[in-house]
Amino acid sequence: MPDQMTILAPEGMLGYGIPARSMEEGLKRQPDALAVDAGSTDPGPYYLGAGVPFTNRRAFTRDLATILEPANARRIPVLIGSAGGGGGRPHLEYTLEVYREICRERGYHFRTAVIGAEVDKAWLKRQIARGRVSALDIATELTEAEVDRSARIVAQMGVEPFLRALDLGAEVVIAGRACDAAVMAAPAMRAGFDRALAYHMGKILECGGAAAYPRHGSDSLLGVIERDAFIVEPPNPDKICTVASVAAHSLYERSDPYRLALPGGAVDLTHTRFEQHTPRAVRVGGTRWVPAPAYTLKLEGAARVGFRTLTLAGVRDPLLIAQLDAYLDNVRTRVAETYPPDGYRLLFHVYGRDGVMGPLEPVREIRSHEIGLVIEVIADDPDSSAAILALARSVALHVTYPGRKAIAGNLAFPFSPSDLKAGDAYEFNVHHLVTVDDPLELFPIEMVEA
Amino acid sequence: MRRTIGEIAKFVTSKNAGPFLLTLDVVFPDEATYRRFKALGALDRATVARLYGIKEDDVLKIIEFDPAYAMKVTLRRPWGSGAVGEHDVYGAQQHVPLMQHTVPWQEA
Repeated sequence: MPDQMTILAPEGMLGYGIPARSMEEGLKRQPDALAVDAGSTDPGPYYLGAGVPFTNRRAFTRDLATILEPANARRIPVLIGSAGGGGGRPHLEYTLEVYREICRERGYHFRTAVIGAEVDKAWLKRQIARGRVSALDIATELTEAEVDRSARIVAQMGVEPFLRALDLGAEVVIAGRACDAAVMAAPAMRAGFDRALAYHMGKILECGGAAAYPRHGSDSLLGVIERDAFIVEPPNPDKICTVASVAAHSLYERSDPYRLALPGGAVDLTHTRFEQHTPRAVRVGGTRWVPAPAYTLKLEGAARVGFRTLTLAGVRDPLLIAQLDAYLDNVRTRVAETYPPDGYRLLFHVYGRDGVMGPLEPVREIRSHEIGLVIEVIADDPDSSAAILALARSVALHVTYPGRKAIAGNLAFPFSPSDLKAGDAYEFNVHHLVTVDDPLELFPIEMVEA
Repeated sequence: MRRTIGEIAKFVTSKNAGPFLLTLDVVFPDEATYRRFKALGALDRATVARLYGIKEDDVLKIIEFDPAYAMKVTLRRPWGSGAVGEHDVYGAQQHVPLMQHTVPWQEA
């Protein structure tokens, strides 16, 4: 076992941009692996459900090429987790397509492992029947009907499939949905470093430069793991890691900063010590691993709910703003006279009132001189959605209200055409845990040529 | 006198913690300010529930995190992120009621 190992996370999200200087400085530290997270549920259910990436292809290609260049020149292993964003089959295929394009153009050859993470519905139904599926953060148990309703279900892999891929001789690992911490932790754990420290370091590295100040823009982060601690440091000379910046990162996007649940156990930060190691680096130790009684994987699924069409408009007239609710109720009623309201959803987003917070908004009265209105229709098919939205838009533009002076029209439209097709709408409908006997069971590993 | 949490803290933020939870972080500028704020006992589940007009049961956790001089409040989201009727897919603009909440505070 080496005394230390260095992992470079070039950025917090593949496709968000790698500053050239950070990559250059990071590579001077002779990293033993380049590891990057490529996915998240943050952008919402659409990307998982529709099977499309949420990063821009040109940016994604540029970043992947930036990572593969030193990987090729110096033979540094590369690990990519949650490929393509959602980490499902089409997301993996998309990533592989871009990857092969880069390799072909530049004449790169890597032994490449591709790890699937999409969950077979029949298998999942059997696990429901066996009582091996439980709800996470929500009260609803998973049913067979919900499984059928899902467009796609993925499971977040732990570190084990990455370890197996590296054992198989992979130089590049392209993995479907994965625990972000596992991507960075795998090389360290394979070299024999402590599981809790490796996962904890991975959890900080997965966001790239986010754990360094000043916190702006996508950037890189270096992690150096030792036997009883790890050190994080930004390669960007304009940034520093402080105890505050690294400790505060433990809060980010997590419900509990002391406990990070992972397949097979949890990282426990109760006794973690953060120390300023150098003016730019923080040393972290004391983190513990608490094994769980069962090995569980997090499942994520998204279901299609219909086709979304919307229009954007502004209202400036104070006579209308003063009676906005009655006006919108009237629009809804008139639309329902043509389209009975059981087959679609008609929604009004009122910016200037509660467009940002909805039911959580404590301010109920309108204090603005103008309001922004988004009229949204979700119906089964694109034609119905467009037809209902067209009627709602037209009624909203022309319907009268008590005391109206502006009889030519109620709304200001910024665009022509006014009605926009937003595409299929999805919702997260699976957010559960499944118990498995084998950490590799759901994650087929295929070695491919590139 | 009274001060808002936003005036006392260095950061007040909100963000999803997975698609079904919303987490609010209040990070204080130094240990002394953090300890003074903690001693007030000003952030409890009833207060947070009132600020956001939700049930106390939907305020899942309020955690003091000493290493970052921070307090974390985790709420159940009204619905899963991005579901029909969503207002804030990332949950990044739900911090204001907490930021504007006032507590008794004398300048040190």
